[in-house]
Amino acid sequence: MHPFTYSRATDPAAVPGELAEHAHTKILGGGTNLLDLMKMGVERPQRLVDVTRLPLAKIEEIPAGGVRIGALARNSDVAESPLITKNYPVLSQALLAGASPQLRNAATTAGNLLQRTRCYYFYDPAFPACNKRIPGSGCGALEGQNRIHAILGASEACIATHPSDMCVAMAALDAVVQVRGPKGERSIPFKEFHRLPGEHPEHDTTLATDELIYAVDLPDAAWAKNSYYLKVRDRASYAFALVSVAAALAVDGGKIRTARVALGGVAHKPWRSEAAEEKLVGASADEATFKAAAEAALKHAKGYKYNAFKIELAKRSIVRALTQVSGGLQAA
Amino acid sequence: MDSRNPDIIGAPLDRTDGRLKVTGGVRYASEINVPNLVYGVIVNSTISAGSVAGMDTKAAEGSPGVLVVFTPFNMPKLPKQSSMGAGATPAAKKLALLQEPDVNYFLQPIGVVVADTLERATHAASLIKVTYDEKKPLTDLVAHLHEAFSPGQIGGSDKKPADSSENAPTAALHSAPRRVEQIYQTPIENHNPLEPHATIASWDGDRLTVFDATQGIFTTRQRLAGLFGLHDENVRVICHYVGGGFGSKGPVWAHTMLAAMCAKEVKRPVKIALTRAQMFNNTGSRAHTHQSFGVGADDSGKITGIVHDVTNNTSTFDEFPEQATVATRMLYACDSIQTTQRLVRLNLGTPSYMRAPGEAPGTFALECAMDELARELKMDPVELRLKNYAETDPEKKVPFSSKGLRECYQRAAEKFGWDKYKASPDPRSIRDGKWLVGYGMATATYPTNRSQSSASACINADGTALVLAGTQDLGTGTWTVMAQVSAGTLGLPMNKVRFELGDSVLPKTPVSGGSQTAASTGSAVQAACGAVLQKLIAMAVADASSPLHNADPKDVTAANGRLSLAGDPSKGESYAAILTRAGVPRLEVKSESAPDKEEKKKFSMHAFGAQFCEVRVHEDSGEIRIARWVGAFDIGKRLNEKTANSQIKGGVVFGIGMALMEKTVADDRDARLVNPNLAEYHIPVNADVPEIDVIFVDTEDAHINPLGVKGVGEIGIVGVPAAIANAVYHATGVRVRELPLTPDKLLVGAA
Ligand SMILES: Cc1cc2nc3c(=O)[nH]c(=O)nc-3n(C[C@H](O)[C@H](O)[C@H](O)COP(=O)(O)OP(=O)(O)OC[C@H]3O[C@@H](n4cnc5c(N)ncnc54)[C@H](O)[C@@H]3O)c2cc1C
Repeated sequence: MHPFTYSRATDPAAVPGELAEHAHTKILGGGTNLLDLMKMGVERPQRLVDVTRLPLAKIEEIPAGGVRIGALARNSDVAESPLITKNYPVLSQALLAGASPQLRNAATTAGNLLQRTRCYYFYDPAFPACNKRIPGSGCGALEGQNRIHAILGASEACIATHPSDMCVAMAALDAVVQVRGPKGERSIPFKEFHRLPGEHPEHDTTLATDELIYAVDLPDAAWAKNSYYLKVRDRASYAFALVSVAAALAVDGGKIRTARVALGGVAHKPWRSEAAEEKLVGASADEATFKAAAEAALKHAKGYKYNAFKIELAKRSIVRALTQVSGGLQAA
Repeated sequence: MDSRNPDIIGAPLDRTDGRLKVTGGVRYASEINVPNLVYGVIVNSTISAGSVAGMDTKAAEGSPGVLVVFTPFNMPKLPKQSSMGAGATPAAKKLALLQEPDVNYFLQPIGVVVADTLERATHAASLIKVTYDEKKPLTDLVAHLHEAFSPGQIGGSDKKPADSSENAPTAALHSAPRRVEQIYQTPIENHNPLEPHATIASWDGDRLTVFDATQGIFTTRQRLAGLFGLHDENVRVICHYVGGGFGSKGPVWAHTMLAAMCAKEVKRPVKIALTRAQMFNNTGSRAHTHQSFGVGADDSGKITGIVHDVTNNTSTFDEFPEQATVATRMLYACDSIQTTQRLVRLNLGTPSYMRAPGEAPGTFALECAMDELARELKMDPVELRLKNYAETDPEKKVPFSSKGLRECYQRAAEKFGWDKYKASPDPRSIRDGKWLVGYGMATATYPTNRSQSSASACINADGTALVLAGTQDLGTGTWTVMAQVSAGTLGLPMNKVRFELGDSVLPKTPVSGGSQTAASTGSAVQAACGAVLQKLIAMAVADASSPLHNADPKDVTAANGRLSLAGDPSKGESYAAILTRAGVPRLEVKSESAPDKEEKKKFSMHAFGAQFCEVRVHEDSGEIRIARWVGAFDIGKRLNEKTANSQIKGGVVFGIGMALMEKTVADDRDARLVNPNLAEYHIPVNADVPEIDVIFVDTEDAHINPLGVKGVGEIGIVGVPAAIANAVYHATGVRVRELPLTPDKLLVGAA
């Protein structure tokens, strides 16, 4: 680990200034991802600003409707909050499907949003090629061990996936990320928060280096109460998703009024599938519709040497999640 | 005279070190406080083949706290043949000790930084700039099968020829009306004990003391003495607790040697503790096995021919055959069996022993093929096994010293409810909603090993006893069972007996490997305790003041610290009284105990078991859940019912990992490992493990060893992957012949 200085932030308003003033400064949340990456030599900040003492851990109702999750609310607190379990079960389930109780106790909401890919070629600097770590060095995974890699929205430059479960649920829920920079505050719709790799996989998100995340807002949405998170992984618990699905449905008289489908483990960002949603809205909530939605969602999917199975797995998982959330004929 | 206290030997006692362990009270090798200690951090190669062209160590040397940086260019040269030390012991490995710049595998040690703190040494190591002359590495076993060569021999201390063949097996196989011929594969796996390997080495003149996380303190002593040309007595190795080994701490690896070499140079004690990533490739792995397996039978199910050809990877500089054919040679009655073992050189670390080496991967092929043959015959798989039950060992052509396998099948099948399988044997015939249900079984076997061992026992004038044996406790319960054997044999309650282990100044014992500690060191402890008790009895009957004066020693019994006449318990006295009156502070005997060569020739000695499981496979995702486990085992006598049970459970859990998820993955272009960490190398979590029901069948075995034990550390894993794969086939109709059984392999066959 490279030497760094450590300071503890006491005023949220002062953090963006500090970030802007000193290059190579990183915010420290729960540290469950950043510290690992520092030990591996992937991240080499010169300064760490610990924000965990800032008063940003509340989970509260927004007077105009919806719920605000403070950036420092721990994953386990969000998962257990009655405001979340009641109104946004998909988010609670996604959080509880992630990591382990110990990690969830430490991990913060903002840190989870910004956790980095688990791509082997990114995580270990012994691998010379990784455009995300060293722009221009190539992609080790493209023709390497890519069983855990992307099937949607990837580029020749990068086929890494975003590993978060929480974010898949937030993508389905139309969450909004609230940030504060040196020039003031702005709101980033979830769709625009994470990026596709394109030519610049070194950028995971559209957040500027001098911006502090202070909250994530969830909209007031009745359909969100009828939501579900399905995660398929290599062991029963404590593993990242091979494929996951966040789904929500509002069905009225047998017809789907509102639909949300987002996929995890398949792309450089939590993959909201508007193509699937289009197939669903207005159609009847049955297996044929769900299958059509699954086909639409994966229409442009591309498999690599070891991960082509994810395409079929994703389709089946979409059908399974939608079946479950529609009050399914059979328990998934 | 029967001095045994049956209530103590075998009793399900809690571990004597249990409380200390769960309260964090024990000190493992890396936690020992040694004054003046400095820290060594190994620098690892980032390529897999070639050589180190140069190492720029300036920044590291100038970094705060750094004492010295060793590289292949400045490490003092070792005497030529000691540098590798191969052949010195059965498990001796050739090691990368910075003697030459060659790089043969990813993460190979190419340097050591020694500094005053771990953090400073770690940081300095990251400042070293290495340049290489790279070669194209050999990466893939299957791609290089045509280059396979014979190792000549297989096995550890009991060497066997690499090939065996009797009565034209290939012809027998091909003329068989029913046959199965398939390729089975098991991947590279790593042991991943909770405690990483660690060594603290300190010199005092030409005397070396080492705290080491090891399965064999005397192996470590021998290798270190050999390396430095010292007498064994000048090297002391201490290891009181081990946080799991599973074979990975059996051989001596580079970090132990490097710690001693560095300590000698810097003239201060040096600690080297490996990181999790460094354990991969550097402390042995289970090899990738490619197994071609053929079995033929007549229409009644009688097996007429077996051909099993195994090839595994070894390193470019050392040889390790994964003896996956050993169970095939002895498990089923058949007089035409052919087996071969071959090696392929790859740029990966040398493989090594991992829990049930040979049997664990080998029975994946054998026991899946038996299931496939049963289906070919439309026969119950248990019945097929009974049909071919071996009453004598087909390889050694001698009877088994005892064999409770028939009872294992019967009792496990009954407890499991195997009737449910028999009522519905067709694939995909049982379901619970979206979950496809399947039942599967497999046979387990593991040889009963025993080596020469020794122990000493001492009865003190205060009525307590002290029993000593070098040995080591891998976390299995050695501390506890040896105390039980001591107390039981000495006729003392547990709280009057102190047992000590884990120090090479104590009586010499073998490595804790091959499930042999109870048989070897248990027998030595029993012999020493029995002998010292005899000495005490002899004293008493010769003592005119003793109530036992002139009694026949055969009529004297020992219990609760008291000798008494068998016919008249009122006639007797305490051990303390005998010794105190005679003014003898302590009676001591040291005993050697060795396997009986004649019995070994006359009998084949094995533990056996039968594994039964229920799996559920999700129809859409291919996710597998193990729903139930029942195993019955013939492991001879149990020294402690509870620790024996735990060993089996741990073995089954290990097998579930092997079956469902464990795999060390190398990039097929450059042999770099992609998952040397516990986030990506999966082992079972609690949610993957069902209730495990362990049944022990009671077998009397008068030939095997004085304690009648067969060894329990490894047999629990044997057959587990096959039982699961067989159950998965029953559930889904998909036959997976390549471990692990990850969900992607089961998507194909689902509807
Ligand atoms: C073994 C293991 C298994 C895991 N399994 C899963 C899993 O199954 N599913 C899953 O979803 N996740 C999993 N995780 C990842 C885990 O969820 C993340 O590590 C965690 O959410 C990160 O949160 P943190 O607060 O610890 O972030 P940190 O490590 O503190 O920070 C992460 C990043 O966020 C930045 N950051 C933190 N707070 C702010 C802020 N307020 N404003 C701006 N930037 C900020 C940091 O600078 C850093 O770049 C796993 C992690 C481990 C180690």
